[in-house]
Amino acid sequence: MNFDYNEEQQLLADSVRRYLAKSYDFEARKKIVSGAGWSTDTWAQFSQMGLTGLPVSAEHGGFGGGAVDLMGVMEAFGEALVVEPYAPLALAVRLLGRGGSAEQKSLLAGVVEGKAKLAFAHNEKGARFSLDAVKTRARKKGAAWVLDGDKAGIVGAPTADRLIVSARDEQGIAIFLVDIGKVSLQAYRTMDERLAADVVLRETQAERIQGGRKELEDAIDFGTALVCAEAVGVLKFACDTTLEYLKTRKQFGVPIGTFQALQHRMVDMFISLEQARSMACLACSRVDAGSDPRAISAAKIKIADAARHVSQEAVQLHGGMGMTEELKVSHAFRRLTVLAREFGDADHHLARFAAL
Amino acid sequence: MDLNFSAEELAFRDEVRSWLRANLPQDLREKVENYAHLSKDDLMRWHRILAKKGWIVPAWPKEWGGTGWSAVQRYIFDEELGFAGAPPIIPFGVTMCAAVLLRFGTEAQKKRFLPRIYNGDDFWCQGYSEPGSGSDLASLKTKAVRQGDHYIVNGQKIWTTLAHYADWIFCLVRTDPTLEKRQEGISFLLMDMKTPGITVRPLILMDGAHEVNEVFFDDVKVPLENLVHEEGQGWTVAKYLLGYERLNTGRVGESRRQLARLKEYAAHMMSEPRWRDRLSRVEVELTALEITNLRFLDRMRRTGQPPGADVSMLKIKGTEIQQDLTELMMDATDPAASDPLAEAVRKRYLSMRKTTIYAGSNEIQRNIIAKMALGL
Repeated sequence: MNFDYNEEQQLLADSVRRYLAKSYDFEARKKIVSGAGWSTDTWAQFSQMGLTGLPVSAEHGGFGGGAVDLMGVMEAFGEALVVEPYAPLALAVRLLGRGGSAEQKSLLAGVVEGKAKLAFAHNEKGARFSLDAVKTRARKKGAAWVLDGDKAGIVGAPTADRLIVSARDEQGIAIFLVDIGKVSLQAYRTMDERLAADVVLRETQAERIQGGRKELEDAIDFGTALVCAEAVGVLKFACDTTLEYLKTRKQFGVPIGTFQALQHRMVDMFISLEQARSMACLACSRVDAGSDPRAISAAKIKIADAARHVSQEAVQLHGGMGMTEELKVSHAFRRLTVLAREFGDADHHLARFAAL
Repeated sequence: MDLNFSAEELAFRDEVRSWLRANLPQDLREKVENYAHLSKDDLMRWHRILAKKGWIVPAWPKEWGGTGWSAVQRYIFDEELGFAGAPPIIPFGVTMCAAVLLRFGTEAQKKRFLPRIYNGDDFWCQGYSEPGSGSDLASLKTKAVRQGDHYIVNGQKIWTTLAHYADWIFCLVRTDPTLEKRQEGISFLLMDMKTPGITVRPLILMDGAHEVNEVFFDDVKVPLENLVHEEGQGWTVAKYLLGYERLNTGRVGESRRQLARLKEYAAHMMSEPRWRDRLSRVEVELTALEITNLRFLDRMRRTGQPPGADVSMLKIKGTEIQQDLTELMMDATDPAASDPLAEAVRKRYLSMRKTTIYAGSNEIQRNIIAKMALGL
């Protein structure tokens, strides 16, 4: 039993935190968000630090990292509310690395260098979180595959050059690699200020990647574990900043943190954070140990609960200032609201947990 | 990161498990499983079985009969006892009084009391709360006045668990009422329950059970040698005890057993989605508690530091889960049923409301976290 990161994992998380503290503070982030919505410089730095290579296997020049290896990085990203689409990349890399042909996998060298960017296009309108609701069709046209359908809310698609797409053929759900130039994109910003797009596929040429429903579920569980880790970072920021506010904000001549009504609420936020951290440890280690969907769903239920609880209380305890765009806490609120639902909200995972 | 116990720890768990399977008397286990009343004889019978095996006081130093187990092994042992449905080990002697004696007692006090605690010869109870001093323990008024080689004790304690079984009571008493800082006038005294002037009156709780009592002290003569640590140092002793061995307050093993029992008992409710969702949520809470508990244990092992104030969350979450489980059990019981088990389940719901109140109410636990862990 050991809940620590190993030395490499800790060093990497520390160096990511140092970089973000220096170059990705709230002001720097604001510039990125109000500008292009992502930063090529930042992405290049991520690549230099080895982050884009982290989920890529060693034979393609990466480090072959699993969820626990990514956990500290995701936490650091959460603390800084990073908008660059790193988790979608890690998820797409997992599917490509496990199911791609040798030629397809040669793309991964570009990923390591930070040049090739992948996103994961699975969501569709009306599917909510049902894995089986994929309506996008895959059919053979001559020797090649073509896809028809509409993917929605694909984070990272506007900056990606290739998409990993789920689609349904005669046999069931299958996975495809699609060149971004072959699709039409309708880009927008998500409620937590990330770049996303609706993706229209019309007789779109695609390459088949080995894998079906099982691999898709595995990848989504992996993505869920990463979301849990990222949420822990955001939760930590929200708790820290609220605690700081309680100690400094004065009303009636005293810091508001002297009021027991607020102290107990702060304690409950802190407990939510600690429980969320426990469950993120569980999710990431279980994903790496093989597969444990019940544990992943249990983790996501607690993370979603903690995200809702802590984000709402953080804003409430900040009073009116918590509502403004000027404070980072309102941006954390937006991120936590999205993370609570990413890859399934608490109700979805509760149903899955109970059924397993 | 590795959330699993080591091979040695798992082997230890299996050893404990198979010993329990062979040595936990069937009738005691059935009483526990059916929420039946446990008599003093039941409790002491189990105590002596563990004592004979050498497992009654794992945390004590080896010279006094401890097992020399690691913190992780002690945790596993406690959780396995809960999981197996063993009668509780009443903590007042083996855990609390012993911890105080081992830390602050004189050699003579240790020799006099520890072997008798080990063997189950003396049953101990705890005299802390008073009618006017609940969460605000330092306001206690029971006074002990020195007279020659004795203290004369007058006052009253309340919520004294199992005082009607007890041979001895350890008490916080006020030896100096004049000090401005009221914590400084408190002392830690041991009293023989047979001493003239001690009266025990039952307080029957809403489930009809006699568990707690009022204890009255009327000119009770206590020899000076029964003072532990120095006069006026009782608060130091009390604080030490509060911070001692709080890593098992979550009672994960016990709740795991209750959860398994509930799933079996309430099989007919699993098709009821609202009830099933409530059950699933408690199960998820229990998983979060278990892993948080292990994280604290791992931290303690790595840093060698005693548990911090944040372990108070184990008590908060653990008791909330215990209550939720009893509530689900009651809700799964046919409202029209009046068989003994149904009655016991309802009584248990009533009884378990105490868990968020005793041993430092959950509000006090939040105060502790706010002050000690968050600096508020």
